[in-house]
Amino acid sequence: MTKELLSGNDAVAEGVRLARAEVVAAYPITPQTTIVERLAEMVARHELAAEYIPVESEHSAMAASIGASLTGARAFTATSSQGLALMHEMLHWASGQRVPVVMANVNRALAPPWNIWVDHSDSMAQRDTGWIQLYAETNEEALASVLQAYRVAEDPEVLLPAMVMLDAFVLSHTYMPVDVPSQAAVDSFLPRYQPVARVEPGSMQLFGSFSPPDLTFMEFRRDTALAMDRARQKLLQAGKDYARLVGGEPLGLIDEYRTEDAEIVLLALGSLAAAARDTVDEFRRNGQKVGLARLRSFRPFPEEEIRSLGRKAHSVVVVERAHSFGSGGPVATEVRSALLGLPSPPAVASYIAGLGGREVTPKHLGALVERATKKETPREAWVGVKELVA
Amino acid sequence: MAKLTIPSEELMVGGHVACPGCGAALAMRLLLKGLGPKAVMVIPACCWAVIPGAMPGTCLKVSTVFSSFESTAAMASGIKAGLRRTGRGDVPVVGFAGDGGTADIGIQALSGAAERNEDFLYVCYDNEAYMNTGIQRSGSTPEYSWTTTTPRGLEKRTSKKDMPMILDAHRIPYVATANPSFPEDFVAKAKKAASLKGTRYLHILADCPTGWKHDPSQMVEVGRLATMSHLFPLYEIEEGRLRITWAPSNPVPVEKYLRAQGRFKDLTAEQIEEIQAEVKARWEGLKAREAREKKAVEKEAAPPEVSAAPTPHPAAPVSETVYVKPSPPLHFP
Ligand SMILES: Cc1ncc(C[n+]2csc(CCOP(=O)(O)OP(=O)(O)O)c2C)c(N)n1
Ligand code: SF4
Ligand SMILES: [Mg+2]
Repeated sequence: MTKELLSGNDAVAEGVRLARAEVVAAYPITPQTTIVERLAEMVARHELAAEYIPVESEHSAMAASIGASLTGARAFTATSSQGLALMHEMLHWASGQRVPVVMANVNRALAPPWNIWVDHSDSMAQRDTGWIQLYAETNEEALASVLQAYRVAEDPEVLLPAMVMLDAFVLSHTYMPVDVPSQAAVDSFLPRYQPVARVEPGSMQLFGSFSPPDLTFMEFRRDTALAMDRARQKLLQAGKDYARLVGGEPLGLIDEYRTEDAEIVLLALGSLAAAARDTVDEFRRNGQKVGLARLRSFRPFPEEEIRSLGRKAHSVVVVERAHSFGSGGPVATEVRSALLGLPSPPAVASYIAGLGGREVTPKHLGALVERATKKETPREAWVGVKELVA
Repeated sequence: MAKLTIPSEELMVGGHVACPGCGAALAMRLLLKGLGPKAVMVIPACCWAVIPGAMPGTCLKVSTVFSSFESTAAMASGIKAGLRRTGRGDVPVVGFAGDGGTADIGIQALSGAAERNEDFLYVCYDNEAYMNTGIQRSGSTPEYSWTTTTPRGLEKRTSKKDMPMILDAHRIPYVATANPSFPEDFVAKAKKAASLKGTRYLHILADCPTGWKHDPSQMVEVGRLATMSHLFPLYEIEEGRLRITWAPSNPVPVEKYLRAQGRFKDLTAEQIEEIQAEVKARWEGLKAREAREKKAVEKEAAPPEVSAAPTPHPAAPVSETVYVKPSPPLHFP
């Protein structure tokens, strides 16, 4: 283990190098680009023995990654925002063909208007594609999540693609100290990919084909659903094994901070959680029972963990960088649904904040908690929106 | 000193946020002089999605629609159809995209539109890389050129896509190349393109000092060297007939163009020789095609010689104009 000063994108590239990815197919997009550039350098310098395919679009990046993975090679790609949106068809393809492709997605707003800053709408919109989704809070976690994502994705009882999210600029371009594990430690945690099935020339195989209503279609979908459910335990196990073999704290589906006796729980994703920790500390100094639950895994959704939080708290304050038009905050919606049926479920406040990189500070979050202390828990409110004047 | 004869009206005004010496900025300024104020621009993701300035500011005095990166030609097709349906069919629609948006991610939409002969002008400003995201290779990056995704050890070993010829293979009414270092030729082509119907394609070499690695003050000069060396010839193809619109009688060695730019600084003497040979072969191919097609036109004008009259294939419809099949592309490694 060595301590290095790395940007989030560098940390992802290090993770890919340590994972010994064999095929990298990628397309540049701000703010993901430096991942692709680092990987090109690594391949050029023989630090990573991979084929590098500089494809002509993200749709092709995903298609090429799927193709590579079907042969049993460990495949990686990375994108952001528009690129992820363009991949949408192939995201379904990846989970449908059950390939353990791992992808980093640097969370960025979707256009128009063009905006390259942090926003979670891009990946939230892909929640139904059958991909595991992990949101990182720090650069070190981004690196660890790449490795853990491969481990779980390639598990024969899962075999699903996985994406690791990191916030645009706040993580992708911000340098932080990162513990970079040794290759030997990573090799023990993540051995070579052993495909259950792969393209075997000369054998009668079908990867995909077609299936009418009365044959296997629904069964395939149900199998995917079950695999995603199994991924919950597998993620927890991977977090523990990683901590044991590689180092660091075990990462779970949800990351709790000072929630033991919390009456108000702030719930956030990604780098917002770092600000939320300061907010929690501030309230704790005043003796107020406030805690933080950081959602690391959005898919699979940690329903049980949310319910156990809900048994203790009187309010859950969800702050998220995405919005589902005509419904509300996608995370808040799922949190509410997870809490249904509890004897006395907490009130869930839903705040939409920080879209397109709009700043969210511990002070902003403090004001939201303050409202919860007064039992103000709006069904949906937008934070920091200016009135547009003509 | 000779005076430029291009229109003095400016449809691109101050306040753009391009880098100093941006060839793409000059290209837009010249293009609009040829198109006039009624043009509707369609701009995908590229440097030009940013150059007009942050909302609500803009340096363009024309209606501008931003499209996603891969969909310029499809968006332009729809805009044109809509304008026709709303009684404004005479409005010129212009797609303005970078080389990545044209040769790579947008080629499907462009090829589809060209095959349908959609009525718009498509302009590709070719700075030979993805500049907006920080200089990554595109399908239009020349062989051996440095970019951040073609570092030493992972060099680009294939030549750039010949987009004008790819469009020509779609048999569209007008294909031309232009270079902002030759403003009169540039504006004349923009005007001609605007006056025609159907899909028209203008391919512009747009110097990018930031990505090509040279002093911004050298933009016009580097661009000039591209054409003076025959590396970027100026031609137009109207109804399938190619005409070289301007060329130096004594080309400068291509080395002069290459050595003026940091992106080629690692090139060996052999690689430069290889490029020179390729430039020469391409140039000779163009000249030969021009001569062939000129002859065909003269023949068409002259009364047909009985013996030389081609027998049309019985099934083939006899078209009114003689369409000369473009010569097969020259082979390059
Ligand atoms: C689907 C999608 N993928 C990637 C991007 C990121 N992106 C924006 S501009 C650009 C490069 C544009 O290159 P080019 O078309 O050559 O124009 P230039 O920037 O050189 O002017 C890229 C990769 C995007 N906006 N949308
Ligand atoms: S990067 Fe190049 S193309 Fe883009 S604005 Fe700057 S000079 Fe122009
Ligand atoms: Mg370009």
